Amino acid sequence: MSAKAKSGFRHLFMILLSLVMVYPVFWWIGASLKSNEELSSPNLFPSVPQWRNFTDGWKAIPGHTFTEFYLNTLGLELAVLVTTLVSCTLVAFGFARLDFPLKKFWFSVLMLTLMLPGQVLIIPQYAMFHQFGWVNTYWPFIVPHLLASGAGGTFFVFLLVQFIRGVPRELDESAKIDGCSWFGIYLRIVMPLTKPAIVTVVIFCFLWNWDDFLGHLLYINSVSKYTVGLALKMINDTQSGMQWGQVLAMSLVSIVPATVVFAIAQKQLVEGVATTGIKG
Amino acid sequence: MSRIAAEHDIHASYAAGKVKRKRNRFLSRWETPGLGYLFISPWLVGFLLLTLYPMLLSLYYSFTDYTLMKPIKWVGLRNYERIFTADDKFLQSVKVTFLYVLGSVPLKLIFALFIAVVLNKAVKGISAYRVAIYFPSLIGGSIAVSMLWRNIFGVDGFINSVLDKFGIEGSGWISNPKTALWSLILLSVWQFGSAMVIFLAGLKQIPKDLYEASSVDGANRFVQFFRITLPMLSPTLYFNLIMGIIGAFQMFTSAYVITNGGPMNSTLVYAVYLYERAFNRYQLGYASSLAWIMLVMIAIVAAAIALTSKYWVFYETDTGRGKRK
Repeated sequence: MSAKAKSGFRHLFMILLSLVMVYPVFWWIGASLKSNEELSSPNLFPSVPQWRNFTDGWKAIPGHTFTEFYLNTLGLELAVLVTTLVSCTLVAFGFARLDFPLKKFWFSVLMLTLMLPGQVLIIPQYAMFHQFGWVNTYWPFIVPHLLASGAGGTFFVFLLVQFIRGVPRELDESAKIDGCSWFGIYLRIVMPLTKPAIVTVVIFCFLWNWDDFLGHLLYINSVSKYTVGLALKMINDTQSGMQWGQVLAMSLVSIVPATVVFAIAQKQLVEGVATTGIKG
Repeated sequence: MSRIAAEHDIHASYAAGKVKRKRNRFLSRWETPGLGYLFISPWLVGFLLLTLYPMLLSLYYSFTDYTLMKPIKWVGLRNYERIFTADDKFLQSVKVTFLYVLGSVPLKLIFALFIAVVLNKAVKGISAYRVAIYFPSLIGGSIAVSMLWRNIFGVDGFINSVLDKFGIEGSGWISNPKTALWSLILLSVWQFGSAMVIFLAGLKQIPKDLYEASSVDGANRFVQFFRITLPMLSPTLYFNLIMGIIGAFQMFTSAYVITNGGPMNSTLVYAVYLYERAFNRYQLGYASSLAWIMLVMIAIVAAAIALTSKYWVFYETDTGRGKRK
């Protein structure tokens, strides 16, 4: 085979594979516009698109709308993003730049907790938060993030430490000579230069909390505080006669934020996965 | 003595190195001992209060009959005894979990590796393919995709309607105990994109001259893959394997949403069983024992892989490439 034919063959293979990979998503878009009767037909798109699936689905839970669930989720996301950024960057700066007794020990403890299966912590944490009266509030999400221990917290610290180590130390030295405090160095010198890593942290923190279904399931009970994931589970469980079109329409909308983030920061996201090995 | 004079005195003795060295021989080895702890304090507090303490608490609970409703009673090893001798669902969930791990992790890694090698050769369009292949990994963990899957593999779902066109009558993939777990495994394999991205990064690190030298020696593609690519990529493979296994052992969302452990417990993965014990029946003590058994299981599997790693993971050393370590 000539080199050209080989390359053509390779591209053909990759195109077919890409189609197989994204086909379920195309089918999903079509199915969200189908009526229940048409769902079992293999056609990609319905003859008459049922836009009602979206409008009815939006109000599928009596007394509530998805507007409320999106606002809840976005509010929670905002709180979690801010707390994660503050705590993880401070901790990472400490590990990357400052010198203190037992630093190596604590850093290896941090590395060890990277591998710790979270399931061991679910029950005792639930018992603790239950005692504090935090069940059915957002505190079980915000407080761990404030302490760099939320979903992916240790990963973020690790990622930021690696990045900050690459920022030249000469910059600190000259700032110190100019009378800058360590906190000033953190805030004015190192943080601005850590922007790429911070963007990666923001992206993953957003995605993981959006998909933290088990956490939301455990701690949030009342419908008025529901996140989008819980609301989806609810219409999935409670709808009589199962309006599949509505369920698929609403779940399709729920992946829009992740898709937008991906579209904007595709390069950073993929590079974040590639360089740190974190799962997307 | 005035205050200023006193301060001057102290400064003078600091400058002479008297006070500092005498008082602070231990701490002066570090420039900023207290400040360092101040910066890492969020994590340190979080580790102590939200990781270490809960772990010890959970170990303690595992020896009790703790529920949220009544006072705790110490029961010794009774939970563990019951789990190992009288809990059929435990055995079933271990079996299902191992099947899931053994089915999903190798398939996912083989796919990821194969496609990464193909994609690494293609120069044009690589980022477009990467987007298409990575996208399922991005959304795959969400409850939304679990619902999509439930529909696609349902009795009247997409798969069966395609099969119907070819005159094949498909079963309800999710309602059939024989195939339900496979539809979950397929969902996991569909998300091979993130492992592939990591492999791609690993492939880029392999020096091109290794391939050039070996083709001068007459090695073909096949030999090159097994003698160069695979050994050079083995640290990446090792990483993906360990992280993949830890993740697969903890799979929850898809089994809970798509099948809820059924039909006939055929998809009762460990995390779903643990959830059922802990939060449907509120047997938190019993569920803590289950959690510790899972931790030990994962640790044993990970340790076994780590122990074998010296036979198949190659690390580049300063003195030569691909030396066994």
